Amino acid sequence: MAQKGARPYDRIGEQVFAKVDKINAELFTLTYGSIVTQLVKDYEDLGEVNTQLEKMGYNIGVRLIEEFLARSNVGRCADFTETAEVVAKVGFKMFLGITANVTDWDAEKKEFSLVLDDNPLTEFVELPESYNKLWYANILCGVIRGALEMVQMKVEATYVKCVLHGHDASEIRVVLKEILTDEIPASMRDE
Amino acid sequence: MSVPYTFTIVGKNDNPLYEAEFASGVKAKEQAHHLSQFVIHSSIDLVEEAVWKSTAMNLKGVDRFGKSYISSFVTAGHIKFMLLHEKKEEDAIKGFFQDVYELYVKIAINPFYQLNTPITSVAFDSRVKKLGAKYF
Repeated sequence: MAQKGARPYDRIGEQVFAKVDKINAELFTLTYGSIVTQLVKDYEDLGEVNTQLEKMGYNIGVRLIEEFLARSNVGRCADFTETAEVVAKVGFKMFLGITANVTDWDAEKKEFSLVLDDNPLTEFVELPESYNKLWYANILCGVIRGALEMVQMKVEATYVKCVLHGHDASEIRVVLKEILTDEIPASMRDE
Repeated sequence: MSVPYTFTIVGKNDNPLYEAEFASGVKAKEQAHHLSQFVIHSSIDLVEEAVWKSTAMNLKGVDRFGKSYISSFVTAGHIKFMLLHEKKEEDAIKGFFQDVYELYVKIAINPFYQLNTPITSVAFDSRVKKLGAKYF
């Protein structure tokens, strides 16, 4: 059931992806892998590791959004549903080379799920048994939150399913908390 | 006494990382299992010498024990794959070592796997056993 703006975003995503610089996928995967294992060694509590990954992602997201808007030339989104499509088809494509699918909208169109079939961050990774609480690619949730906050949307993104936990696809639930009106972002306000 | 194929992966400190047996129709006896392990470990010294004499990873036959042969494949990181076998099937063994090597590389890439520690992955175990059935 294609939405009105869905197919153009696929094409935009591919065009932008073709223009950006690429990095070797294994280098990327191994780098992220060592970040996660180091965090696990340092923090020991997996819940804390999840939080740290999300924070790191947030810091990446607030900066990434500039690059994204500059390269992709995507204009203002009319509503949250369009935002979701742009994130899934253009954002993910541009930075990770994959497209995500937007599913499971709630009645008020304030929540949706991003379903990822494969994810370069998790290639070759096998989670040991005691690591059930770890959301390995949680950095992505932070990136989504950081990037959307810079365009005046406060969201919460959390992992609900992950291929490393045995599910067939990974799923991030994104919930719109509020539309911000010209406030100084938290990262600049605190310091 | 027909000894089944015994495959062992040995780490850099002569520590066993993984063991598997492929019985070619004969059930492995407890004694035979310990004997195979002993034989394989005793040939590690020969493997260490042979490594420096050849640039290839597959060292093929390195030792003999009675009627059995021991073949070896050493990875770039000096992880040794040892195989104790009865028949001289160089091609099958070469193919087997290559495929196990690919599986090993995938395990090594896993950020949660510490190199030189025992391999506990169930997926690896079942795939190695399938390879054993395929080649022997």
